[in-house]
Amino acid sequence: MRTTRINPAAIALHIVLIIGACIMAVPFVWMALSAMKDLSQVFVVPPKWIPDPFVWSNFKDSLTALPFGQAYINSFYINIIVVVSQLITCSMAAYAFAKIRFPFREPIFIMFLATMMVPGQVTIIPLYLMMKNIGWLDSHLAIIVPASLLNAFGVFLLRQFFRGIPKEMEEAAIVDGAGRFTIYTRVMLPLIKPALSALGIFTFLGMWNSFFYPLIFLNTPEKFTVPMMLNLYRGMYATDWTLMMAGASIALIPVLIVYIIGQRYIIEGVTLSGIKG
Amino acid sequence: MNGKLSDRAGTAPALNQGEPKRTFLSTKKTDALWGAFFIAPQMVGLIVFSLIPLIMAFAISMMNWDGFGAKTFAGFDNFVSQFNDEDFRTAIVNTLYYTVLTVPTGIILAMLVAIGLNKVRGKIIYRLIYFMPTITMSVAVSVVFMWLFNADFGLINLYLKEWFGIQGPKWLTDTRIVMPSIALLSIWMGLGTNMVLFLAGLQGISSSYYEAAQIDGATRWQQMKNITIPLLSPTTFFVTIMSIIGSFQVFDQSFVMTSGGPAKASYTIVYHIYETAFVEFTFGKSTASAVILFIMILSVTLFQMKMSKRWVHYEDQ
Repeated sequence: MRTTRINPAAIALHIVLIIGACIMAVPFVWMALSAMKDLSQVFVVPPKWIPDPFVWSNFKDSLTALPFGQAYINSFYINIIVVVSQLITCSMAAYAFAKIRFPFREPIFIMFLATMMVPGQVTIIPLYLMMKNIGWLDSHLAIIVPASLLNAFGVFLLRQFFRGIPKEMEEAAIVDGAGRFTIYTRVMLPLIKPALSALGIFTFLGMWNSFFYPLIFLNTPEKFTVPMMLNLYRGMYATDWTLMMAGASIALIPVLIVYIIGQRYIIEGVTLSGIKG
Repeated sequence: MNGKLSDRAGTAPALNQGEPKRTFLSTKKTDALWGAFFIAPQMVGLIVFSLIPLIMAFAISMMNWDGFGAKTFAGFDNFVSQFNDEDFRTAIVNTLYYTVLTVPTGIILAMLVAIGLNKVRGKIIYRLIYFMPTITMSVAVSVVFMWLFNADFGLINLYLKEWFGIQGPKWLTDTRIVMPSIALLSIWMGLGTNMVLFLAGLQGISSSYYEAAQIDGATRWQQMKNITIPLLSPTTFFVTIMSIIGSFQVFDQSFVMTSGGPAKASYTIVYHIYETAFVEFTFGKSTASAVILFIMILSVTLFQMKMSKRWVHYEDQ
């Protein structure tokens, strides 16, 4: 099927695509290489790409210059709680919306969809006041609880998958004497594992990168998440480019690992939300 | 279809275990209970963290309030004062300018890349690279671009000088250039998502159209103009709406890279909302501008939906 015939148009296309790929990748490469440079190599003209010598201590210095390690721990534990609880709460709601008949099911579901239209900035001040009243300002709870309990997009995404499961699966379970809850945990959840992975990855990336909400709810640096710490860093060490690049690299490592492992799910998820949105 | 299933949910075990047959009503009742049980956590979230705050937002936007002291009723004063506020007007103009810069370019680029990638070998690797900026942290990316954009020793200007002998612009410190610079960064960041959506759209176009066109002797360009672009229009429609909504909410990049400057040249609506609320503590005004943002997003979306009838072609029509 594949011919080795050289096609000039295809070669031209590849050249354009490779140039494009370079533009997309260069900032990352520059960041990663600069993170290992000595500060004196930063201002060399023309720019020097390969560090000489490699200064590995930049990573350690950027972690110790500010409580970056703490920010890492904060981000990770917040993320784990939010991802796990979203997977549980979204899949529960999605299962009900797809497979159980109950009063006002459609209007309630439409309400869920409608809230996706509301930009976060509209509700941020009321949320801030709520958090102030219950004493959750400058507490991770202000970030964890709302994110864990509300993700209309997640409900919508998982519902699409649940709807694709034939009812025979459920009927078979019922014949075997299974109740609703058993059907949900033993039959349904295993069947939508790919969708759960996609949602989990989306939630992780969204939470890990999220900046606006933590910026508003958190005050003390010890409670900061990774993007906030990086921003603080920029404010304090604005001229130390190598340390900033080390900080940015460290901030991006989990994202890139998740991306490489889960890229199939990410692409599927984006595609699905786009087509059926 | 679910109804029938639910009916059997009650009867099936009864057949097996010889219990008295449950009535239709009780099944309906248990289903209602199970439904309530399963949606409860997200329902609580929806009410507490979305519906109540939304109602509160409309109330606060009609008050003079710093969030701590006494509140007085202001009616529509906050809205009026926002439109008389020079900062707010600057924010609106900047945001619209940013939208004009990012949305059309971003969409056309993403469409071209997707068409280029659609049938090419090594598609997966290209897609992996092009999508990477989309998933990365805006703060980290902004920090990296602060350096790349640096007028004196940023990579872009160094190479402009080295290769072309051009003295590059002051990307982030010239009031005329700063918004295009931020737009460049945003186009770079957003290309991946739109590209993936267009790729999915292209996969959905049946190859029989192209085969028929080839038989009729249509050129590549005619095929693109008459088949690809019209049949991609549902995707283009979706991408346009999402891009505009996203660009109305731009914040992170200008907050991190330029602090809204120089001279408020990159000061955006969300920046204004942030500034009036959490720096100046004028919650009423801030919420009023958030409500205006909401109305802007809503009207653009509705307008798009109305206009879409003219240019969006679905394959089954």
